[in-house]
Amino acid sequence: MTTTLTVSDKRPEQAIFRETLAAGEPWLHELKAGQTLRILDLEGNQAVDTLFYCLADPRERFDPQRTLRRQQSLYLTTGTVLYSNLGNPMLTIVADTCGRHDTLGGACAQESNTVRYALEKRYMHSCRDNYLRACAHDGRLSKQDIGANINFFMNVPVTSEGGLTFEDGISAPGKYVELRAEMDVIVLISNCPQLNNPCNAYNPTPAELLIWN
Amino acid sequence: MDLLLEETVPGGGHTSLIVKRGQSLRITDLRGGANVSVMLINAAEKSERLNLPDTLKCQHTAKLTAGHCLYSDMGRVLAAIVADTCGWHDSIGGVSNAAEVRERYGTGRYQDLRNAFYRNGTDNLLVEMGKWGLGIADLLMTLNLFSRVDVTDAGALSFVPGNSRAGDYVDLYAPMNTLLVLTAIQHPLDPNPQYEPKPVRLALSRAERSVAELCRTSCEENVRGFINTDRFFL
Repeated sequence: MTTTLTVSDKRPEQAIFRETLAAGEPWLHELKAGQTLRILDLEGNQAVDTLFYCLADPRERFDPQRTLRRQQSLYLTTGTVLYSNLGNPMLTIVADTCGRHDTLGGACAQESNTVRYALEKRYMHSCRDNYLRACAHDGRLSKQDIGANINFFMNVPVTSEGGLTFEDGISAPGKYVELRAEMDVIVLISNCPQLNNPCNAYNPTPAELLIWN
Repeated sequence: MDLLLEETVPGGGHTSLIVKRGQSLRITDLRGGANVSVMLINAAEKSERLNLPDTLKCQHTAKLTAGHCLYSDMGRVLAAIVADTCGWHDSIGGVSNAAEVRERYGTGRYQDLRNAFYRNGTDNLLVEMGKWGLGIADLLMTLNLFSRVDVTDAGALSFVPGNSRAGDYVDLYAPMNTLLVLTAIQHPLDPNPQYEPKPVRLALSRAERSVAELCRTSCEENVRGFINTDRFFL
Protein backbone atom coordinates (compact mmCIF):
# COMPACT_ATOMS: atom_id res chain seq x y z
CA MET A 1 0.00 0.00 0.00
CA THR A 2 1.40 3.36 -0.96
CA THR A 3 -0.22 6.28 0.74
CA THR A 4 0.89 9.82 1.10
CA LEU A 5 -0.01 11.19 4.49
CA THR A 6 -0.74 14.89 4.75
CA VAL A 7 -0.48 16.83 7.98
CA SER A 8 -2.64 19.89 8.59
CA ASP A 9 -1.32 23.25 9.72
CA LYS A 10 -4.63 24.11 11.43
CA ARG A 11 -4.36 24.85 15.13
CA PRO A 12 -6.96 23.49 17.55
CA GLU A 13 -7.02 26.72 19.59
CA GLN A 14 -8.27 28.57 16.51
CA ALA A 15 -11.14 26.16 15.87
CA ILE A 16 -14.62 27.66 16.13
CA PHE A 17 -16.01 24.32 17.34
CA ARG A 18 -14.37 21.58 19.35
CA GLU A 19 -16.16 18.65 20.90
CA THR A 20 -15.42 15.12 22.00
CA LEU A 21 -17.96 12.62 20.73
CA ALA A 22 -18.22 9.67 23.08
CA ALA A 23 -18.16 6.13 21.73
CA GLY A 24 -21.52 4.98 20.39
CA GLU A 25 -23.04 8.47 20.02
CA PRO A 26 -24.56 10.18 16.97
CA TRP A 27 -23.68 13.72 15.85
CA LEU A 28 -25.55 15.86 13.32
CA HIS A 29 -24.05 19.22 12.47
CA GLU A 30 -24.01 21.76 9.66
CA LEU A 31 -20.80 22.63 7.89
CA LYS A 32 -20.76 25.72 5.67
CA ALA A 33 -18.96 25.94 2.33
CA GLY A 34 -15.30 26.80 3.01
CA GLN A 35 -15.32 25.47 6.56
CA THR A 36 -13.05 22.55 7.46
CA LEU A 37 -14.01 19.63 9.67
CA ARG A 38 -11.38 17.52 11.40
CA ILE A 39 -12.36 14.08 12.65
CA LEU A 40 -9.73 12.86 15.09
CA ASP A 41 -9.32 9.29 16.33
CA LEU A 42 -8.46 9.97 19.99
CA GLU A 43 -7.51 6.50 21.11
CA GLY A 44 -6.90 4.68 17.81
CA ASN A 45 -8.73 2.11 15.68
CA GLN A 46 -12.14 3.74 16.05
CA ALA A 47 -14.56 3.62 13.11
CA VAL A 48 -16.38 6.91 12.55
CA ASP A 49 -19.36 6.18 10.29
CA THR A 50 -20.13 9.35 8.37
CA LEU A 51 -22.73 10.61 5.88
CA PHE A 52 -23.01 13.96 4.09
CA TYR A 53 -26.08 15.78 2.76
CA CYS A 54 -26.56 18.99 0.83
CA LEU A 55 -27.99 21.51 3.30
CA ALA A 56 -30.16 23.21 0.64
CA ASP A 57 -31.73 19.90 -0.45
CA PRO A 58 -30.91 16.88 1.70
CA ARG A 59 -32.10 14.50 -1.06
CA GLU A 60 -28.70 15.29 -2.53
CA ARG A 61 -26.21 13.17 -0.59
CA PHE A 62 -22.78 11.57 -0.66
CA ASP A 63 -22.49 9.00 -3.47
CA PRO A 64 -19.77 6.43 -2.77
CA GLN A 65 -19.85 4.76 -6.19
CA ARG A 66 -19.50 8.03 -8.10
CA THR A 67 -16.73 9.15 -5.73
CA LEU A 68 -14.74 5.94 -6.28
CA ARG A 69 -15.10 5.81 -10.04
CA ARG A 70 -14.33 9.49 -10.50
CA GLN A 71 -10.98 9.02 -8.76
CA GLN A 72 -10.58 5.45 -10.14
CA SER A 73 -9.50 4.30 -6.71
CA LEU A 74 -11.19 2.46 -3.88
CA TYR A 75 -9.53 4.31 -1.04
CA LEU A 76 -10.07 7.82 0.20
CA THR A 77 -7.22 10.08 1.20
CA THR A 78 -5.91 13.62 0.74
CA GLY A 79 -7.15 15.04 -2.56
CA THR A 80 -10.23 12.81 -2.71
CA VAL A 81 -13.34 14.76 -3.73
CA LEU A 82 -16.54 13.40 -2.24
CA TYR A 83 -19.24 13.62 -4.92
CA SER A 84 -23.00 13.74 -4.47
CA ASN A 85 -25.62 11.60 -6.19
CA LEU A 86 -26.20 14.59 -8.50
CA GLY A 87 -22.53 14.66 -9.45
CA ASN A 88 -21.57 17.76 -7.48
CA PRO A 89 -18.44 18.02 -5.32
CA MET A 90 -19.53 18.10 -1.67
CA LEU A 91 -16.27 18.02 0.26
CA THR A 92 -12.55 17.56 -0.37
CA ILE A 93 -10.19 15.67 1.91
CA VAL A 94 -7.45 18.21 2.61
CA ALA A 95 -5.43 16.39 5.26
CA ASP A 96 -5.13 12.77 6.32
CA THR A 97 -2.66 11.22 8.74
CA CYS A 98 -4.28 7.77 8.64
CA GLY A 99 -4.33 6.93 4.92
CA ARG A 100 -7.07 4.34 4.84
CA HIS A 101 -10.83 4.91 5.07
CA ASP A 102 -13.50 2.45 4.04
CA THR A 103 -16.37 3.01 1.62
CA LEU A 104 -17.72 -0.54 1.18
CA GLY A 105 -18.40 -1.79 4.70
CA GLY A 106 -21.33 0.49 5.46
CA ALA A 107 -22.80 1.06 8.90
CA CYS A 108 -23.69 -1.63 11.40
CA ALA A 109 -27.35 -2.23 12.18
CA GLN A 110 -29.37 -4.44 14.48
CA GLU A 111 -30.54 -6.34 11.42
CA SER A 112 -27.13 -6.82 9.85
CA ASN A 113 -25.76 -7.87 13.24
CA THR A 114 -28.32 -10.72 13.29
CA VAL A 115 -26.96 -11.90 9.95
CA ARG A 116 -23.27 -11.38 10.63
CA TYR A 117 -22.96 -12.66 14.19
CA ALA A 118 -26.06 -14.30 15.71
CA LEU A 119 -29.82 -13.74 15.82
CA GLU A 120 -29.48 -12.83 19.53
CA LYS A 121 -27.20 -9.88 18.72
CA ARG A 122 -30.25 -7.89 17.60
CA TYR A 123 -30.40 -5.86 20.79
CA MET A 124 -26.89 -4.45 20.69
CA HIS A 125 -26.48 -0.75 19.89
CA SER A 126 -25.70 0.09 16.25
CA CYS A 127 -24.77 2.89 13.90
CA ARG A 128 -28.00 2.77 11.95
CA ASP A 129 -29.99 3.17 15.17
CA ASN A 130 -27.86 6.23 15.85
CA TYR A 131 -28.58 7.58 12.37
CA LEU A 132 -32.32 7.04 12.73
CA ARG A 133 -32.36 8.68 16.15
CA ALA A 134 -30.48 11.73 14.90
CA CYS A 135 -32.68 11.94 11.78
CA ALA A 136 -35.89 11.64 13.80
CA HIS A 137 -34.93 14.51 16.10
CA ASP A 138 -33.55 16.71 13.34
CA GLY A 139 -36.57 16.28 11.07
CA ARG A 140 -34.84 16.98 7.75
CA LEU A 141 -33.70 13.41 7.16
CA SER A 142 -35.33 10.00 7.37
CA LYS A 143 -34.54 6.35 6.75
CA GLN A 144 -34.94 6.97 3.02
CA ASP A 145 -31.90 9.25 3.10
CA ILE A 146 -29.57 6.79 4.77
CA GLY A 147 -27.31 5.54 2.01
CA ALA A 148 -23.87 3.99 2.09
CA ASN A 149 -21.48 5.85 4.38
CA ILE A 150 -17.76 6.35 4.84
CA ASN A 151 -16.05 4.58 7.71
CA PHE A 152 -13.22 6.89 8.61
CA PHE A 153 -10.17 5.11 10.05
CA MET A 154 -11.48 1.68 9.05
CA ASN A 155 -9.38 -0.68 6.95
CA VAL A 156 -11.40 -2.90 4.58
CA PRO A 157 -9.18 -3.95 1.68
CA VAL A 158 -10.44 -5.73 -1.43
CA THR A 159 -8.29 -8.63 -2.63
CA SER A 160 -7.38 -9.33 -6.25
CA GLU A 161 -9.87 -12.24 -6.17
CA GLY A 162 -12.67 -9.88 -5.16
CA GLY A 163 -12.66 -10.80 -1.47
CA LEU A 164 -13.44 -8.24 1.20
CA THR A 165 -11.40 -8.44 4.38
CA PHE A 166 -11.82 -6.59 7.64
CA GLU A 167 -8.30 -5.90 8.74
CA ASP A 168 -7.05 -4.49 11.99
CA GLY A 169 -7.15 -0.75 11.72
CA ILE A 170 -4.06 1.12 10.65
CA SER A 171 -5.22 4.13 12.62
CA ALA A 172 -3.66 5.09 15.93
CA PRO A 173 -4.24 7.62 18.71
CA GLY A 174 -4.21 11.15 17.31
CA LYS A 175 -4.68 10.21 13.64
CA TYR A 176 -7.09 12.49 11.84
CA VAL A 177 -8.74 13.36 8.57
CA GLU A 178 -9.79 16.86 7.48
CA LEU A 179 -12.53 17.74 5.01
CA ARG A 180 -13.21 21.12 3.44
CA ALA A 181 -16.85 21.68 2.52
CA GLU A 182 -17.38 22.66 -1.13
CA MET A 183 -21.08 23.32 -0.47
CA ASP A 184 -23.14 23.82 2.68
CA VAL A 185 -23.61 20.32 4.10
CA ILE A 186 -25.19 18.41 6.94
CA VAL A 187 -22.72 15.99 8.51
CA LEU A 188 -24.24 12.90 10.14
CA ILE A 189 -21.89 10.74 12.21
CA SER A 190 -22.28 7.63 14.27
CA ASN A 191 -19.23 7.00 16.41
CA CYS A 192 -19.48 3.26 15.87
CA PRO A 193 -20.55 1.10 18.85
CA GLN A 194 -19.73 -2.24 17.18
CA LEU A 195 -18.36 -4.75 19.70
CA ASN A 196 -18.27 -7.82 17.48
CA ASN A 197 -15.48 -7.17 15.01
CA PRO A 198 -12.02 -5.64 14.85
CA CYS A 199 -13.13 -2.40 13.17
CA ASN A 200 -12.93 -0.77 16.61
CA ALA A 201 -10.43 -3.23 18.06
CA TYR A 202 -13.49 -4.56 20.01
CA ASN A 203 -13.33 -1.40 22.08
CA PRO A 204 -15.28 1.64 20.82
CA THR A 205 -13.61 4.87 21.88
CA PRO A 206 -14.30 8.62 21.59
CA ALA A 207 -13.54 10.82 18.59
CA GLU A 208 -12.83 14.53 18.53
CA LEU A 209 -14.54 16.89 16.09
CA LEU A 210 -13.14 20.33 15.25
CA ILE A 211 -14.34 22.97 12.80
CA TRP A 212 -12.42 25.92 11.39
CA ASN A 213 -13.71 28.80 9.31
CA MET B 1 -38.70 -24.77 -14.00
CA ASP B 2 -42.02 -23.39 -15.08
CA LEU B 3 -41.53 -20.50 -17.52
CA LEU B 4 -43.87 -17.57 -16.83
CA LEU B 5 -42.53 -14.74 -18.97
CA GLU B 6 -39.81 -14.03 -21.49
CA GLU B 7 -38.76 -10.66 -22.75
CA THR B 8 -35.79 -8.95 -24.38
CA VAL B 9 -34.58 -5.64 -22.98
CA PRO B 10 -32.83 -3.72 -25.75
CA GLY B 11 -29.52 -2.02 -25.04
CA GLY B 12 -30.33 1.24 -23.24
CA GLY B 13 -33.72 -0.07 -22.13
CA HIS B 14 -35.13 -0.18 -18.62
CA THR B 15 -37.85 -2.19 -16.96
CA SER B 16 -39.09 -3.36 -13.58
CA LEU B 17 -41.07 -6.28 -12.26
CA ILE B 18 -41.94 -7.96 -9.00
CA VAL B 19 -40.22 -11.33 -8.73
CA LYS B 20 -42.48 -13.12 -6.28
CA ARG B 21 -41.33 -15.35 -3.44
CA GLY B 22 -40.43 -18.67 -5.03
CA GLN B 23 -39.79 -17.28 -8.50
CA SER B 24 -36.49 -16.97 -10.29
CA LEU B 25 -35.40 -14.52 -12.95
CA ARG B 26 -32.76 -15.52 -15.47
CA ILE B 27 -30.94 -12.63 -17.11
CA THR B 28 -28.97 -13.64 -20.21
CA ASP B 29 -26.30 -11.62 -21.97
CA LEU B 30 -27.34 -12.15 -25.60
CA ARG B 31 -24.28 -10.81 -27.42
CA GLY B 32 -21.52 -10.64 -24.83
CA GLY B 33 -20.27 -7.54 -23.04
CA ALA B 34 -23.64 -6.60 -21.55
CA ASN B 35 -24.04 -4.69 -18.31
CA VAL B 36 -27.25 -4.64 -16.29
CA SER B 37 -27.54 -2.12 -13.44
CA VAL B 38 -29.95 -3.28 -10.77
CA MET B 39 -31.82 -1.98 -7.72
CA LEU B 40 -33.87 -4.32 -5.52
CA ILE B 41 -36.68 -3.28 -3.18
CA ASN B 42 -39.08 -5.18 -0.92
CA ALA B 43 -42.33 -4.90 -2.89
CA ALA B 44 -44.41 -4.93 0.31
CA GLU B 45 -42.39 -2.29 2.18
CA LYS B 46 -40.55 -0.06 -0.20
CA SER B 47 -38.41 1.59 2.49
CA GLU B 48 -36.52 -1.72 2.55
CA ARG B 49 -33.89 -1.61 -0.20
CA LEU B 50 -30.84 -3.39 -1.52
CA ASN B 51 -27.95 -2.62 0.80
CA LEU B 52 -24.69 -3.48 -0.91
CA PRO B 53 -22.45 -2.71 2.08
CA ASP B 54 -24.46 -5.14 4.25
CA THR B 55 -24.36 -7.65 1.37
CA LEU B 56 -20.62 -7.41 0.92
CA LYS B 57 -19.51 -7.39 4.53
CA CYS B 58 -21.63 -10.31 5.69
CA GLN B 59 -20.29 -12.51 2.89
CA HIS B 60 -16.73 -11.10 2.93
CA THR B 61 -16.83 -10.38 -0.76
CA ALA B 62 -16.62 -7.40 -3.08
CA LYS B 63 -17.64 -9.34 -6.19
CA LEU B 64 -20.93 -11.21 -6.43
CA THR B 65 -21.50 -14.62 -8.00
CA ALA B 66 -23.34 -17.94 -7.51
CA GLY B 67 -23.84 -18.76 -3.82
CA HIS B 68 -24.15 -15.12 -2.76
CA CYS B 69 -27.25 -13.41 -1.44
CA LEU B 70 -28.33 -9.82 -2.08
CA TYR B 71 -29.38 -8.33 1.25
CA SER B 72 -31.73 -5.54 2.20
CA ASP B 73 -30.98 -3.12 5.02
CA MET B 74 -33.33 -5.23 7.18
CA GLY B 75 -31.14 -8.32 7.14
CA ARG B 76 -33.34 -10.15 4.64
CA VAL B 77 -32.47 -11.76 1.31
CA LEU B 78 -34.05 -9.85 -1.57
CA ALA B 79 -32.49 -12.22 -4.10
CA ALA B 80 -30.10 -15.15 -4.13
CA ILE B 81 -27.69 -15.73 -7.00
CA VAL B 82 -28.48 -19.40 -7.57
CA ALA B 83 -26.68 -19.78 -10.91
CA ASP B 84 -24.06 -17.75 -12.72
CA THR B 85 -21.99 -18.68 -15.76
CA CYS B 86 -20.15 -15.38 -15.75
CA GLY B 87 -18.43 -15.52 -12.36
CA TRP B 88 -18.13 -11.86 -11.39
CA HIS B 89 -20.67 -9.10 -10.94
CA ASP B 90 -19.54 -5.65 -9.86
CA SER B 91 -20.54 -3.76 -6.72
CA ILE B 92 -18.24 -0.76 -7.11
CA GLY B 93 -18.96 1.12 -10.35
CA GLY B 94 -22.57 2.27 -9.93
CA VAL B 95 -24.42 4.09 -12.72
CA SER B 96 -23.51 7.11 -14.84
CA ASN B 97 -25.67 10.20 -15.02
CA ALA B 98 -26.43 12.34 -18.07
CA ALA B 99 -23.33 14.52 -17.66
CA GLU B 100 -20.99 11.53 -17.46
CA VAL B 101 -22.57 9.95 -20.55
CA ARG B 102 -22.23 13.22 -22.47
CA GLU B 103 -18.61 13.52 -21.36
CA ARG B 104 -17.78 10.00 -22.57
CA TYR B 105 -19.88 9.55 -25.71
CA GLY B 106 -20.82 13.06 -26.76
CA THR B 107 -24.32 14.29 -27.41
CA GLY B 108 -26.93 11.81 -28.62
CA ARG B 109 -30.35 13.43 -28.62
CA TYR B 110 -33.69 11.78 -29.22
CA GLN B 111 -34.42 14.38 -31.90
CA ASP B 112 -31.55 13.06 -34.00
CA LEU B 113 -31.32 9.40 -33.02
CA ARG B 114 -34.90 8.51 -32.04
CA ASN B 115 -34.89 5.51 -29.72
CA ALA B 116 -31.15 5.01 -30.17
CA PHE B 117 -30.57 8.22 -28.20
CA TYR B 118 -27.93 8.17 -25.46
CA ARG B 119 -29.50 7.17 -22.20
CA ASN B 120 -27.85 6.90 -18.81
CA GLY B 121 -28.18 4.48 -15.93
CA THR B 122 -29.17 7.05 -13.31
CA ASP B 123 -32.07 8.48 -15.30
CA ASN B 124 -33.17 5.04 -16.49
CA LEU B 125 -33.38 3.73 -12.94
CA LEU B 126 -34.99 6.95 -11.66
CA VAL B 127 -37.68 6.78 -14.34
CA GLU B 128 -38.41 3.15 -13.62
CA MET B 129 -38.39 3.67 -9.85
CA GLY B 130 -40.63 6.70 -10.25
CA LYS B 131 -43.31 4.36 -11.61
CA TRP B 132 -43.42 2.71 -8.18
CA GLY B 133 -43.43 5.96 -6.24
CA LEU B 134 -39.70 5.84 -5.53
CA GLY B 135 -37.31 8.76 -5.98
CA ILE B 136 -33.68 9.77 -5.98
CA ALA B 137 -33.27 9.11 -2.27
CA ASP B 138 -34.07 5.46 -3.04
CA LEU B 139 -31.34 5.13 -5.62
CA LEU B 140 -28.63 3.59 -3.47
CA MET B 141 -25.47 1.76 -4.47
CA THR B 142 -26.41 -0.34 -7.50
CA LEU B 143 -25.23 -3.74 -8.63
CA ASN B 144 -23.76 -4.10 -12.14
CA LEU B 145 -24.44 -7.59 -13.47
CA PHE B 146 -21.97 -9.05 -16.02
CA SER B 147 -19.26 -6.47 -15.25
CA ARG B 148 -15.97 -6.83 -13.43
CA VAL B 149 -13.83 -4.13 -11.84
CA ASP B 150 -10.50 -5.20 -10.40
CA VAL B 151 -8.86 -3.48 -7.45
CA THR B 152 -5.08 -3.39 -6.97
CA ASP B 153 -3.45 -3.46 -3.54
CA ALA B 154 -3.09 0.30 -3.77
CA GLY B 155 -6.81 0.60 -4.52
CA ALA B 156 -6.64 1.44 -8.26
CA LEU B 157 -9.80 0.40 -10.13
CA SER B 158 -9.73 -1.17 -13.60
CA PHE B 159 -12.62 -2.39 -15.73
CA VAL B 160 -12.02 -5.89 -17.12
CA PRO B 161 -13.30 -6.16 -20.70
CA GLY B 162 -14.73 -9.47 -21.89
CA ASN B 163 -15.98 -10.56 -18.46
CA SER B 164 -19.25 -11.80 -19.95
CA ARG B 165 -19.64 -13.75 -23.18
CA ALA B 166 -22.68 -14.24 -25.40
CA GLY B 167 -25.01 -16.68 -23.66
CA ASP B 168 -23.75 -16.05 -20.13
CA TYR B 169 -26.58 -15.86 -17.63
CA VAL B 170 -27.30 -15.21 -13.99
CA ASP B 171 -30.30 -16.58 -12.06
CA LEU B 172 -31.77 -14.46 -9.27
CA TYR B 173 -34.08 -16.43 -6.97
CA ALA B 174 -36.46 -14.36 -4.83
CA PRO B 175 -37.13 -15.69 -1.30
CA MET B 176 -39.45 -12.69 -0.79
CA ASN B 177 -41.56 -10.52 -3.10
CA THR B 178 -38.86 -8.37 -4.61
CA LEU B 179 -39.30 -5.38 -6.88
CA LEU B 180 -36.45 -5.57 -9.34
CA VAL B 181 -35.59 -2.42 -11.29
CA LEU B 182 -33.01 -2.76 -14.03
CA THR B 183 -31.46 -1.10 -17.03
CA ALA B 184 -29.24 -2.62 -19.73
CA ILE B 185 -26.67 0.16 -19.99
CA GLN B 186 -22.92 0.43 -20.29
CA HIS B 187 -20.85 0.26 -17.14
CA PRO B 188 -19.47 3.70 -16.19
CA LEU B 189 -15.89 2.41 -16.33
CA ASP B 190 -16.30 0.56 -19.66
CA PRO B 191 -13.53 2.11 -21.81
CA ASN B 192 -15.44 1.60 -25.09
CA PRO B 193 -15.65 5.14 -26.55
CA GLN B 194 -18.86 4.27 -28.45
CA TYR B 195 -22.33 4.32 -26.89
CA GLU B 196 -23.17 0.64 -27.45
CA PRO B 197 -25.32 -0.78 -24.65
CA LYS B 198 -26.09 -4.48 -25.20
CA PRO B 199 -29.46 -6.27 -25.02
CA VAL B 200 -30.34 -8.92 -22.44
CA ARG B 201 -33.05 -11.55 -22.21
CA LEU B 202 -35.25 -11.89 -19.14
CA ALA B 203 -36.92 -15.20 -18.31
CA LEU B 204 -39.14 -15.45 -15.23
CA SER B 205 -39.91 -18.92 -13.86
CA ARG B 206 -41.45 -20.62 -10.90
CA ALA B 207 -38.66 -22.36 -9.01
CA GLU B 208 -38.30 -24.98 -6.31
CA ARG B 209 -37.08 -23.56 -3.02
CA SER B 210 -34.31 -26.13 -3.17
CA VAL B 211 -32.54 -24.14 -5.90
CA ALA B 212 -31.62 -21.62 -3.20
CA GLU B 213 -29.92 -24.19 -0.96
CA LEU B 214 -26.58 -23.32 -2.56
CA CYS B 215 -26.96 -19.75 -1.30
CA ARG B 216 -28.70 -20.51 2.00
CA THR B 217 -25.93 -22.85 3.09
CA SER B 218 -22.90 -21.13 1.54
CA CYS B 219 -22.08 -19.49 4.89
CA GLU B 220 -23.60 -19.27 8.37
CA GLU B 221 -24.54 -15.66 7.71
CA ASN B 222 -26.84 -16.72 4.88
CA VAL B 223 -28.53 -19.38 7.03
CA ARG B 224 -29.50 -16.53 9.36
CA GLY B 225 -30.42 -14.25 6.44
CA PHE B 226 -32.94 -16.84 5.22
CA ILE B 227 -34.34 -17.22 8.76
CA ASN B 228 -34.87 -13.44 8.87
CA THR B 229 -36.52 -13.59 5.44
CA ASP B 230 -38.86 -16.44 6.34
CA ARG B 231 -39.91 -14.61 9.52
CA PHE B 232 -41.31 -11.84 7.33
CA PHE B 233 -43.89 -14.37 6.05
CA LEU B 234 -45.03 -15.88 9.36
